[in-house]
Amino acid sequence: MEASPSAKDRSVAKDRPRSLPVRAGVGLKSEHFDDIVTSTPDVGFFEIHAENFMGAGGPPHAQLTRIRQDYPLSVHGVGLSIGGAQPLDRAHLDRLKTLIDRYQPESFSEHLAWSTHGANYLNDLLPIPYTNQTLKRVVSHINQLQDKLQQRILLENPATYLGYQASSYSEIDFLHEVVRQTGCGLLLDVNNVYVCAVNHGFAADDYIDAFPMAHVDEIHLAGFATDYDDLGETLLIDAHCAPVSASVWKLYEHALARRGPIPTLIEWDNEAPAWPALQAEAERAEALLRKCGATGQSALSAGVAHDVDV
Amino acid sequence: MTSMFEHQGAAFVRALLDPEAPPPAGLKAWHGGHVSKRFAVYRNNVVTGLIAALEQRFSVCLRLVGEEFFREMAQSYVRASLPTSPMLSEYGVDFADFVSAFEPARGLPYLSDVARLEWAIGRAYHAADAAPMPINAIKRIPADTLGGAIIRLHPSVQLLSSRFPVLSIWTTNSFDETVRVVNFDAAEDTLVVRPHLGVAAYRLPTGGYALMKALAQGATLSAACAAAADIDLPACLQLLLSSGAIAAVDVRPRT
Repeated sequence: MEASPSAKDRSVAKDRPRSLPVRAGVGLKSEHFDDIVTSTPDVGFFEIHAENFMGAGGPPHAQLTRIRQDYPLSVHGVGLSIGGAQPLDRAHLDRLKTLIDRYQPESFSEHLAWSTHGANYLNDLLPIPYTNQTLKRVVSHINQLQDKLQQRILLENPATYLGYQASSYSEIDFLHEVVRQTGCGLLLDVNNVYVCAVNHGFAADDYIDAFPMAHVDEIHLAGFATDYDDLGETLLIDAHCAPVSASVWKLYEHALARRGPIPTLIEWDNEAPAWPALQAEAERAEALLRKCGATGQSALSAGVAHDVDV
Repeated sequence: MTSMFEHQGAAFVRALLDPEAPPPAGLKAWHGGHVSKRFAVYRNNVVTGLIAALEQRFSVCLRLVGEEFFREMAQSYVRASLPTSPMLSEYGVDFADFVSAFEPARGLPYLSDVARLEWAIGRAYHAADAAPMPINAIKRIPADTLGGAIIRLHPSVQLLSSRFPVLSIWTTNSFDETVRVVNFDAAEDTLVVRPHLGVAAYRLPTGGYALMKALAQGATLSAACAAAADIDLPACLQLLLSSGAIAAVDVRPRT
């Protein structure tokens, strides 16, 4: 009997490295597509928002297919509502599966947040309380997602503007438990850490020190906007509309010192600059990755940190 | 099993959509103070984000009524109709209906049809890919079999009939530096199609809308022609061929 096409596909998939290169990547915006295909810039990978590529056909798929020929790919979901109180949307899970089967990305990540209520999609990453009940739900949703996609996913720490009185876990303890119970990996968004540290009055360095770093397989860097709350305290907004701030670069170096060099994404989704400015941000991250790699071991690879004991 | 968080979820959503409402119970800030402005960040993300999606999708409507009016209208729509899918390309399916019933837009009766055209263009943009049937291949089909043939339209084809000159309004507001004067008494029917990667919109000749509607429903070519009360058949066939709107022709033996 001849090998079925699906068996062939699997052997192709096996040849592809199943992890992102330890380099800096950039979030893909359609307005940069022409620049990218004409100059084939030396960036490590591109990341897309899954929900922008779920139509049947047309230019989005044509562009992504072209990019995929030359670059490793990370697919980042923004709409699954993993933290939601209701079951995951099966139709959306099917769409994710179709997208991942088609493009075979090296990585898939989603958020610790909710965005769907009843039949309504709210188009934002809304915060969840950290309780035994929400933990159980997040764990079951991630198990369902990993079963569906047949791969380990990465879960991103959120940017939040307020907390819940009902929370009985710290965010880090909650993420710790999710990792322990599902085997998923983590996406450490360093900008989110900084935004939360300011918004919730804690030290960003302490958060990085306590984070289950051994399970982090990707880092996000982005820019924030500044606002003020009811008491006039600074409130940072995770707006993805600016260059990475000096404080976040510093925190990134701290994270790299703990984790060692890992794939790092520049996220600049809103009011994105011309391509060269984005590429320059990626090069800056890449220089820090090289510097970290050159200095040898991270605390982790040296066996100093023991964050998650399973 | 309903949980506290589910009830909180409903309250959260209500407060997101009502700018006058206080934040839902159970939230806190690190300093123990009020959380109104903090909650307002989420409210703004949701409502402003969805308005921005509508501005992008209905950019000619935005140009026609101006930013302030459009945002007011879009905000009312968002509060009445949240997305039902995380695919924002599907958001706004009934925006044109909303616009036609939106009291302050009464003076612009063509506005909802312009919204319909913009929706159709977006649909064509995201439609399934298919190669249009080459003109030469169509021309080789024996003429005496064409009447009984089923013409399969390209999956991107969208048809719009309007009593207003919607295509002229859309075209001049999309491409002309200075907007041309449009004759508002001229009704226009429009064919939208994306045979390859670029979406194109064409004014349909007399009878073209009825013809193509019938073809889209699976009628034979001769039955589709009969569906039109008055038809400029040569012009219709010419447009069908040149626009790439034909995906395939199934020739059936005549009975």
